[in-house]
Parts: sequence; structure tokens; C-alpha cells
Amino acid sequence: MGEPNLYQLTIHEAHQLLASRQLSSFELTEAVLARIPQVEPQLHAFVTTTHDLARNQAREADERIAGGDMSPLTGIPVVIKDNMCTKGIATTCSSRMLEGFVPPYDAAVIEKLNALGAVLVGKSNMDEFAMGSSTENSAFFITNNPWDISRVPGGSSGGSAVAVAAGETIYALGSDTGGSIRQPAGFCSVVGLKPTYGRVSRYGLVAFASSLDQIGPLTKDVTDCALVMNVISGHDPRDATSVSHPVPDYTRSLIPDLDGIRIGVPQEYFVAGMQPEVEAVMRSAIGKLVELGASVEWGVSLPSTPYALAVYYIIAPSEASANLARYDGVKYGFSAQDAEGMWDAMEKTRQHGFGPEVKRRIMLGTYALSAGYYDAYYLKAQRVRTLIRREFDQAFEQFDALVTPTSPTVPFGIGEKVDDPLQMYLSDVCTLPINIAGIPGLSLPAGFVDGLPVGMQILGRPFSEELLLRIGFAYEQATPWHERRPPL
Amino acid sequence: MKLSHEEVEHIALLARLGSSEEELERFREQLSHILESFEVLQQVDTADVPPTAQSVDLQDVVRADEVSPSLPHSQIMANAPQQEAGCFRVRAVLE
Repeated sequence: MGEPNLYQLTIHEAHQLLASRQLSSFELTEAVLARIPQVEPQLHAFVTTTHDLARNQAREADERIAGGDMSPLTGIPVVIKDNMCTKGIATTCSSRMLEGFVPPYDAAVIEKLNALGAVLVGKSNMDEFAMGSSTENSAFFITNNPWDISRVPGGSSGGSAVAVAAGETIYALGSDTGGSIRQPAGFCSVVGLKPTYGRVSRYGLVAFASSLDQIGPLTKDVTDCALVMNVISGHDPRDATSVSHPVPDYTRSLIPDLDGIRIGVPQEYFVAGMQPEVEAVMRSAIGKLVELGASVEWGVSLPSTPYALAVYYIIAPSEASANLARYDGVKYGFSAQDAEGMWDAMEKTRQHGFGPEVKRRIMLGTYALSAGYYDAYYLKAQRVRTLIRREFDQAFEQFDALVTPTSPTVPFGIGEKVDDPLQMYLSDVCTLPINIAGIPGLSLPAGFVDGLPVGMQILGRPFSEELLLRIGFAYEQATPWHERRPPL
Repeated sequence: MKLSHEEVEHIALLARLGSSEEELERFREQLSHILESFEVLQQVDTADVPPTAQSVDLQDVVRADEVSPSLPHSQIMANAPQQEAGCFRVRAVLE
């Protein structure tokens, strides 16, 4: 293997070079900024690039480093999904509704990155308001998978996953409501973590489904994932759902063996409709976990899993219909001008500001919450949610972690599922239950089928991120998948 | 679960989503199809199962009631589609 290009470095590799003064943040940032126009015409990962800001932040970072003030993320380029508020920088959620919206404040995660001297190179494309599994629901353009540009990168954090995989950044942040970090991480062969609900502050994250949303990292390897978690985790009084659980040094859990780790494989995640080649990759990946010292039990049952899809597509749209009521064309964002009176202005603003999938979910949620249907849909879904959570709790009495595929298939073709919402929803069948239960889930590269990535998902009890990272790290050290780069 | 045109029209009104006839018809078909797939939940016995609203067991989260600076008025108004005399301008509520 030759010397890697600078844009291919991981956080920890770049940090070492920065710390030993073999590389400046400015050089690293220039390498990333030069990479973007090389591959962007094929990929379309960015809604906004922030070259000037990045160069200024890189110079500032170099001054800090010269002064001995350095953390692992200082001077390292990052891309942020375009649903996290960045002060003075457009934040669109890939929606016409927020085109031109410039937040007056930073999200909590942005404050944390800025405080350490991170370098923002841009905001990434996504499914509109994070509603989708392919990034095809962006109101602006489709993002292509770097492993095969005729295929989707997954979603909704598709732009972030593509930017990491293609070397358009060193790492990225995404958000995950039903798989929106893990599924694109799997489809693009990068590492993606949905932390435990409450682990990361959502202050400044544009709300989609408040009982499900979490922010998390997309990185080139597990070590980088741990480094980013060290920074973004922790309690924030501005997010009432964030939890005062102590934040460990996640890198300390990165040990390359799995002695004594008990892993279960839930049979419901090896479903009908799963691609046999994906199953074969998973079997081989799980075999590797055994070689590394884990005990693995197949055929664990989480019997309520088949209901997760319906539970999710009731709860998430219900919460979305309430959260998206704020877009009325009065305070910010798109505002229809050709209207008569307040109600007409509001209806036209929402008609022309929202895209088809967002409207579909608002309609679905409004229906599920409406008089006469609340008990049959929303309340029922919340009760089944309890069962799903209980089954995970019971499984974790017996096992330290569960392992599943991240998706039942390799990345699908662009346009393949856009006309059938239900088929699109099914592509998240392995990731949705995790948000419903609020537990953490890590997706990491597990192999390829005809050059297309397959992701492995590792699940654990609440606040078991250290263990998930340990399992991921041990697997990664024993396999070559994370070192492969897309053919661009 | 087949939705009627009137039901879809009513939901769109509740959601304040202006919609063309063509959009309403597409919603009617798609939502009916999606709602049908939700019927599997009726198979689950949840008689003694309490609902879960969110997955961390936090209750009554409060913070100290301390005065802190808010964002400058000009920054808040900078995104307003229409403003007048430092206020958001809205259309007539009453005819």
C-alpha cells in the first residue's frame, strides 16, 4: 500500500502528523478542499461548502497547535449534516422551506467542535428534514454512492456518509431517527454510531421526531468514532432529554480481543427479503467475532421485531407533524407571497415549501393523532414500543451485545424505490427498532458483495457505547474492509 | 383501511397543508396502503402494557430559574420573511 493522500487520513492519523508538526491544519484542509471539486460533480454530497471559513479556522488551529493547545479534533476538517444549526451559515435541511435560513446560533455539538478548533468544510445533503432512506428526498439534488454512482448512498445522512467515504472530509456528523446514520454508513462502508437516546445534546438540531432523534459520528474507523464521541457526548441543560451519565474516555475501550464477550444474533433480523449474499457476508463476519474470542449464540428471538416498522411509521410521523407545525412562513424560512389572509398564506407556504415525503408524513402523523384514531394508532404504537424495549432488556440480561446486518440489502439503485413509500420504509427494517428502544447501535464495514458495501450493526444496552466500540475495534483490526476506498 | 377523499381533505386542513386535487388523490392511495400495513399491530395483545413515550426514564426536568442574555433582537429578525417596526408582519387574521 502506498502513501495515502492527505484527504484519506483518519482523525487519529492526521492528529499525529499535526502534533509532530509534520503537517499543518492548513495543508490538511487544502487537501480536502482540493478533493471536493474532483469528486463532487459525480457525488453531490454538499449543500454548502465553506472554503473561506475552513481556511480561517485552519489558520487559527495552526496557531493553537503552535501554542501547545491541542485536542484530537483540533485542526481536523469536518462536515455537518445540514440539519444542525451553524451560526451565520445557511442550514437548509435540504428543504425549500429553509432555503436561505441562516441560524443566529450554533447547535451544542457545533459549539463543542468550535471550542476545540475544528475546521468546518461544509454542510451535507440529506433527505428533506431527515425523512428518507436514500437522500433522494432532498429538495435540491440526489447524492450518489461513491462505490457505484448509479446507486443511492442511503439516508437520511447520505451526504455526510459520502463525504467521509470519498475523502471530502476527515469525518462528519449525522443524525439518526430510524437508521439515518447507520444505514448510509453501511451503504458507503464507513463507521456510523447512533448513541443512546440522551447521550448527545440535540440543542440546535432541527427536530424531526423528538423521542427518536440522536446526533452521532460518521468516521473512517472505530478509533475516530471514539474520539468524536469523547467530544460530543454529555449533559446539556438546553436539551431536557439529555442525560447526566458520566462521559468516559471512549478510546480506552478499544482493545483488540473479545474474550468473554457474549453475543446474540436475533433471528428476526435475518428476514425474508434479505439478500442471500448479505447474509453470507454476515455469517462470515460473525465467524470472525468467534475467532476473536466472543461466544456467539444464533437464533436469539426478539418476537416483536416485525411490528417495529408500523410502530416507527406511526410514532415518527406523529411527532414530525407536531414539530413541523412551526413552519408557517412568519418567523423564518420560505413564505408564500401570493396569498390572501393568514390561513391561505400558511397553507400555500406549506404546500410549496415541503416536498412530497415530508407532506406524506405530516398527513400520516396528523391522521394518527386526530380525534377518533389516537388510541388505535398512536397509543397502540406506544404500547408495542414498550414490548420492543422489554425484549431488548431481556436479551441484554443474557448477552452483552446483539449483532445484525445494518440493512437487508446492498445499496439499491437510484429511482428504484421512490414511487413506493412502503418499499422504501422497509429498507430501514434492521435499524428502526433501535431508535424505538433508545439503545445505541454501531454500524461498521463488514465486507462487500460485487464491490458494494455491507454493514454490520452491533447493539447494546443503554450507555454501552464503550462495549460496542470495543467489539467494532476488535473486528476492524482483524479485517481489511475499513481500508478499502471507493474507486473514484 | 381505505381513506375517503373527504377524510384526506380533512387531514390536509388540520395540517394546514394546501394541496391540489391530484395531490389529495395520491395521498389517499398511498396513505390507505400505508395504514393497511399498520393493521398488523392489532394482532399484538397490549392489554396490560403501558405506553412508552420516550426511552430514557427522565421525569420533571427542571433548571435553575436564572436570567441570562437572549439572542439580539436584530439577529432574530434577520430571517423574517416580512417585518415592520421590529415585529414579524403577518397577514390579516380577521377579514
